[in-house]
Amino acid sequence: MTDKLLHTPLYQTHVDFGGRMVDFAGWSLPVSYAGITEEHVHTRTACSLFDVSHMGRLKMTGPDCERFLNRLCTRNLTDAEVGRSYYTHMCKEDGGVLDDMIVSRFEDDWGIVCNGANRSKIVAWIERHSQGYNVELGDETLDTAMIAVQGPKALELAAGLAGDDIASLKRYRFMMRSVIGAKIAIYRSGYTGEDGLEITAPAGLTRMLAPQLLGKPGKPHPVIKPAGLGARDTLRIEAAMPLYGHELSEQVDPLTGGQKWCVDLTKDFIGVERMRELDEKGLPRKLVGLQLEGRRIARQNCDVYVGDTSVGCVTSGTLSPTLGISIAMAYVPAEHSAVTTALEVDLGRSRVGAEVVKLPFYKRPK
Amino acid sequence: MNVPNDRKYAATHEWFLIEGDIVTIGITQHAADELTDITYVELPDVGSTVGAGAAFGEIESVKATSELVSVFGGTIAEVNADLADSPELVNDDPFGKAWMIKIKADSLDPAETLLDAGAYGQAVA
Repeated sequence: MTDKLLHTPLYQTHVDFGGRMVDFAGWSLPVSYAGITEEHVHTRTACSLFDVSHMGRLKMTGPDCERFLNRLCTRNLTDAEVGRSYYTHMCKEDGGVLDDMIVSRFEDDWGIVCNGANRSKIVAWIERHSQGYNVELGDETLDTAMIAVQGPKALELAAGLAGDDIASLKRYRFMMRSVIGAKIAIYRSGYTGEDGLEITAPAGLTRMLAPQLLGKPGKPHPVIKPAGLGARDTLRIEAAMPLYGHELSEQVDPLTGGQKWCVDLTKDFIGVERMRELDEKGLPRKLVGLQLEGRRIARQNCDVYVGDTSVGCVTSGTLSPTLGISIAMAYVPAEHSAVTTALEVDLGRSRVGAEVVKLPFYKRPK
Repeated sequence: MNVPNDRKYAATHEWFLIEGDIVTIGITQHAADELTDITYVELPDVGSTVGAGAAFGEIESVKATSELVSVFGGTIAEVNADLADSPELVNDDPFGKAWMIKIKADSLDPAETLLDAGAYGQAVA
């Protein structure tokens, strides 16, 4: 089984650093090194490096990119600025989310970073709808790597390695750098709730850069430590960032997912009619944050109860390493979604009390 | 991997230390590593009974929830109360401080079905 998994350019680095490798969306990736909680805390207090090379990296070129992407994406990309990234969704006609992604406007083309598990679906969707648009799609996923450097110390460390102007990069902006003749893109973004950067670079160059960032297993970097998928998940849950397959799916529209801020209902895009209708009538269910009593963790698909009636479903949960409490996100009917509403979650053997709380659970100190 | 010789092992990664008719039960280092950070351990009450091959409790980690199974049936003689407040002991010392329960076994016959340290060590290598 294992020999069929894809390896990222940093595979050997993970193995050398003692990463516990698992199958994730067809890739062999580390779930943790030192322990999920330790990596989580290190990201919140210092700086961690995550290999996110499994994410899909697509390039779109051609004169109709802006018009075409505006038809596919919920976000309004008209007059998108060169050097800016836009978090957005692509949806089906019924509003169901095909994927959430980051669309970036480069000088001569556009970049799309989508979820690894959805890459072939998104490529097929784009190609299916491209008739009548002069665009071309390329897939750079296998030729490049993507790493995330996240934490309160990420920017100063990156500035030391790649120049002071990195520190002046604004959120959701990116800059290009030439390193040994190869181009790398440095984005100020991330999926942990911390400040930080995401970097895409050619595969070979990334392999050479890894020791500069992490050191060697016997002589590791004093601050930057590798972190795995486990911490990535607990970090994003605390920050209430949605994960496809959990908070988002083809059965949920972005409005219900609490992401109206990146849906422009005044423009024409696939799924807009259904979303306008929902927006007008009001959303029947909403994504909420829950704080559970006790230390037990609510998992995806645990039922949420009001009295003896099952009213909703948990999408993600964890024992928050930062807050020390059991937290979860869940879809519940709008009438039970107000903050401080008392609910119950079925954990299999027993039900525990849960209170609706404000999202996100964690916000980094300014 | 550290697999103590003084006890026996189930394929489901529990260890069983047999002293007379008292069997102490915990989970192995391999299981603790697989589960990653343990966040919660649910154990039965002293004096309650557990059937042979039945679940006596539950263990939760950041990653997953798993049942704890005893091949021995019997009466719960003692439970490790420290695990309620410090479930992380299971990651730190699964073969020592993080023992879970002691059962007064109805019968020691199920021991025949268990692996010795060598066989278990090989199975998880």
